[in-house]
Amino acid sequence: MKRALLALALMLAAPPVLVLPAAPAAAVLPDEMLKDAGQEARARAISKDLRCVVCQNQSIDDSDAPLARDLRLLVREQISQGKSDAEVRDYVVERYGNFVLLKPPVEADTLLLWGGPFAVLLLGAAGLILWRRRAPVAAPDAAPLTEAERADLDRLAGPSN
Amino acid sequence: MKRLLFILPIIAFAGLAVFLGIGLTKDPKELPSQLIDRPLPEFALPGIVEQPGSGPPELNGFASASFRGEPRLLNIWASWCAACPQEHPVLERIASEGFPVYGIAWKDKPADSRAWLARYGNPYAGVAADEQGRTAIDLGVTGVPETFIVDKKGRVRFKQIGPISPEVWEGQIKPLLQQLRAEA
Repeated sequence: MKRALLALALMLAAPPVLVLPAAPAAAVLPDEMLKDAGQEARARAISKDLRCVVCQNQSIDDSDAPLARDLRLLVREQISQGKSDAEVRDYVVERYGNFVLLKPPVEADTLLLWGGPFAVLLLGAAGLILWRRRAPVAAPDAAPLTEAERADLDRLAGPSN
Repeated sequence: MKRLLFILPIIAFAGLAVFLGIGLTKDPKELPSQLIDRPLPEFALPGIVEQPGSGPPELNGFASASFRGEPRLLNIWASWCAACPQEHPVLERIASEGFPVYGIAWKDKPADSRAWLARYGNPYAGVAADEQGRTAIDLGVTGVPETFIVDKKGRVRFKQIGPISPEVWEGQIKPLLQQLRAEA
């Protein structure tokens, strides 16, 4: 009982410093992290762009898959060896292909992927312009009123002053 | 013109349905290997025996340099792999038909690998352990089982993702190996 009270007192007295900040939604474990904060930040940035090949809609930064962990460690190892961000990415791409990049590069075979939406947009715009241009032409020509119609109209509208 | 506008959504829908339909038949797990027609990455892996040098020589590991002179299969497996027991009889058949199969136990404890082979039987001409999974990354492995076909010159010529079924063996891999044997 005494111990419980003591624990409660300690909990209430705990300075707000002990309250942990919202945990980042990443799978990186403390033992994986690099000591150098700058290098760790680079590793995190690279990891966020690399697809986990096991659970394909997650980055290796998000994934708990063992293979994702291996790749995270590999990225960190390469960074601590002094490799540049591009070199680390290339190292992984060389092994797994462009598919591991969550943002694939613009190349001949990804042209449709990158250009497709713009092509559709242009096509749509062109269609719209054509349609707008043709619309007045397509409207039926207003033939002038015949004498009989004019007389009818005058009668309906009442005497004109 | 009006009729065309009326048909347009139907054409668009049909096109989309065809594309998505083709997409449905493709397995997103099957990534094309980067290694096709490239040399097998270099590795020298320890075996799965308790003491290096003890036990049968085929359990004492192997190196990438041994993939020369004869086409071979390199199978990635693990004792924790669910599909591996399903593939196992096919591997035994491949070995009995005279094609050497080498096995890398991926992210597996050597004791577990040994127990697995003792339980199911060993189809491998050589067994090595990749506990850290580093060689597997060099090979671009995404899961187990995966099998690489390596030609006489040590180049990777084919990669099978997932278990080798008897149909894949008969229809694809065996003809390829026979062709590779005939190559200079």
